[in-house]
Amino acid sequence: MSFVEYGDTIKDGDTAIVFLGHESMFPVKVQHGSVTQTKYGVIRHSTDLIGKKYGSKVTCSKGGWVFILHPTPELWTMNLPHRTQILYSTDISIITMMLELKPGSIVCESGTGSGSLSHALIRTVAPTGHLYTVEFHQQRAEKAREEFREHGVEHLVTVTNQDVCKNGFGVSNIADAVFLDIPSPWEAIGHAKSALKAEGGRICSFSPCIEQVQRTCLAMEECGFTEINTLEILLRVYNVRTVSLQIPDLGKAAEDNSSTGFDSSNPSHQGSLCANLQQGTVQFKSGVPLREVVGHTGYLTFATKS
Amino acid sequence: AMEGGPSARIREGDCAVLKRDEVFKAVSVLRRRKIIFEKQWFYLDNAIGHIYGTTFEVTSGGNLQPKQEVEETTTETKEAGTDNRNIVDDGKSQKLTHDDIKALKDKGIKGQEIVQQLIENSTTFRDKTEFAQDKYIKKKKKKYEAVITIVKPSTRILSTMYYAREPGKINHMRYDTLAQMLTLGNIHAGNKMIVMETCAGLVLGAVMERMGGYGSIIQMYPGGGPVRAATSCFGFPKPFFDNLHEFPLSKVQSLLSGTFSTETLPADPEENALVEEESNGLSEEKQTSLQETEEEPATETPMESNPTEEQDTMDINAEDVEFKENKEKENKENVREKQIKQWERRKKLKEAAALLREKNADGLIVASKFHPTPLLLSLLEFVAPSRPFVVYCQYKEPLLECYTKLRERGGVINLKLSETWLRNYQVLPDRSHPKLTMSGGGGYLLSGITVILEKGKSDSSNSEALKMEEPSSKRCKLQDLPC
Repeated sequence: MSFVEYGDTIKDGDTAIVFLGHESMFPVKVQHGSVTQTKYGVIRHSTDLIGKKYGSKVTCSKGGWVFILHPTPELWTMNLPHRTQILYSTDISIITMMLELKPGSIVCESGTGSGSLSHALIRTVAPTGHLYTVEFHQQRAEKAREEFREHGVEHLVTVTNQDVCKNGFGVSNIADAVFLDIPSPWEAIGHAKSALKAEGGRICSFSPCIEQVQRTCLAMEECGFTEINTLEILLRVYNVRTVSLQIPDLGKAAEDNSSTGFDSSNPSHQGSLCANLQQGTVQFKSGVPLREVVGHTGYLTFATKS
Repeated sequence: AMEGGPSARIREGDCAVLKRDEVFKAVSVLRRRKIIFEKQWFYLDNAIGHIYGTTFEVTSGGNLQPKQEVEETTTETKEAGTDNRNIVDDGKSQKLTHDDIKALKDKGIKGQEIVQQLIENSTTFRDKTEFAQDKYIKKKKKKYEAVITIVKPSTRILSTMYYAREPGKINHMRYDTLAQMLTLGNIHAGNKMIVMETCAGLVLGAVMERMGGYGSIIQMYPGGGPVRAATSCFGFPKPFFDNLHEFPLSKVQSLLSGTFSTETLPADPEENALVEEESNGLSEEKQTSLQETEEEPATETPMESNPTEEQDTMDINAEDVEFKENKEKENKENVREKQIKQWERRKKLKEAAALLREKNADGLIVASKFHPTPLLLSLLEFVAPSRPFVVYCQYKEPLLECYTKLRERGGVINLKLSETWLRNYQVLPDRSHPKLTMSGGGGYLLSGITVILEKGKSDSSNSEALKMEEPSSKRCKLQDLPC
């Protein structure tokens, strides 16, 4: 397995995702002799994991079971250990498309942070592209290098420990795209421009605050970037639920046997209604919004180097 | 050149995208071919050889000329007002008449100069606030400074263009929704993908772009053949198509049940010369004057019509000539050619069937006008375990049903029904605010991951169902309310 290539069977050294149920999963480093504790019991790597197909159901010692999944950058994003605030797949998706990334692309990124976006970028530019990622925090840079190694993608990425605002990305005139997720992106725009190829390169800056965005847009304009565009994207998730609503009792029209104001003899109501008159309810399927929704992650500003 | 390296240059035969502000249009780059775009007529000949991304002006005579970088005329002493309390909008503040302006245009005066003239002849300009002046200048520039940028097609450009110009052709799939599909589906080089779409080939093109020519794609298609009008716009190099297969939906059941044979092929698309693009029956869009054929293409120019703009049609001339020539040849080699073609089609069909039979695809993307449930339930059979799948639907309700049926089927986890909400911003000093809200109208996605399906054990057994869904305690409370 690797994060850039699917494998069929679980091998020693793989990073696999243990799926316990709705929104409940965690990553595990597969190793001969290791055991992993779950609320359903113990998983023994040597017998339960290694050699099994990804997607298999594994029964744990207490009798409950889990699924073992092949890692993807998206699953990794949901499960990675946070060293910093991370980008989630919704933002990552639009960033990838708007930066026009594809196999062979050369991308520069700063800061590396927890590597959420990094893994997604590496996946997209593989097998012939490269990610140059800059992180000014020494331990985070080192941890990122370690993870890329473990995940089998170290040949596709270079981690540099420096301050991008002072020293740039370490490359010139070759990047197809640059991504910035730093506190003062306007200080790095000049460096971004020199890292980008001569014509047609794309840049993206992510900032939570509109004031940061304003300063960044100004810097982009001053540096000659065109097509400057700021947007934000939000994800709305729906739970699929069967809902029952009560039919109110509106009384009777007159002293006869008419029903409770809801015409049960007419079979032609909207197809999805399924009146259960004995209980006085109507059932239907609905996509119900979640109670708590992510409101704002940050603004994304894109531009083109002309 | 596809990526990295020297910048790509505009070549004859390319599919290029014309851009003016937020308006896009895809065209074939052909010499001496008149193009209409944003109320201007011109030839693309002069653009050939220039780098993609170059901005051009249209000269009188209809030729393109690279725009010179001119110093912005800075209004030195910014004479401006403080607010609009004394500015009366009587329509008389501009002293130049329509005829005056037309005369300037006919003289060949450049747009920039015309804007300057308008400013000088406006009695209220200097009373406007700085912001209002800014806005006024921008508006006039937009109207009179006709600059066109020629950009290289990409998923970003084409999905934005289609959504703006012909959303009906792509089932109103907004570009951010497409972006989600590509990421949720983990589309990347080396995959073996199954794609089922009726989005003019846009989704297929997007998938191909993200796969970079590596791996393989099997496109499932309804009717006689797949529509790949948008796909040809991407300008992929020929090798990308070596591992692109297609397979008719009408043969899926037989393939699943083991009774598949190549004896009866779907109707040969070349016999139905012009097969009209299937329209979404529920769409309010008027059927545009598209004449897209289902033939494998040279270059096509699909983006011609816009109901609110000029009634552009396809570059029919080239097609007509081609068509006549074909007819003549056909009469001579008719029978033999047909036989060879049939044999080739059968061979390809067998290859595609073999690939599907392996039941080890790395992912499934569905984005069509059809009800998603039957597509999912059948096509998932061809997907390996622990792989993502994504279904797009213009409407939410069919996905509710799909979700339910998938739960009953089992073999899928992490089902998620979602939509994305996109908002653009205007960012200017002291004038930053959201521009457009595009909530709704972008379509919905149902995504999930396959797992090994245990036959004979439905997932609707209590423990498994409870595991897969959130606690349902809230549901019962509604019924418990007293009358």
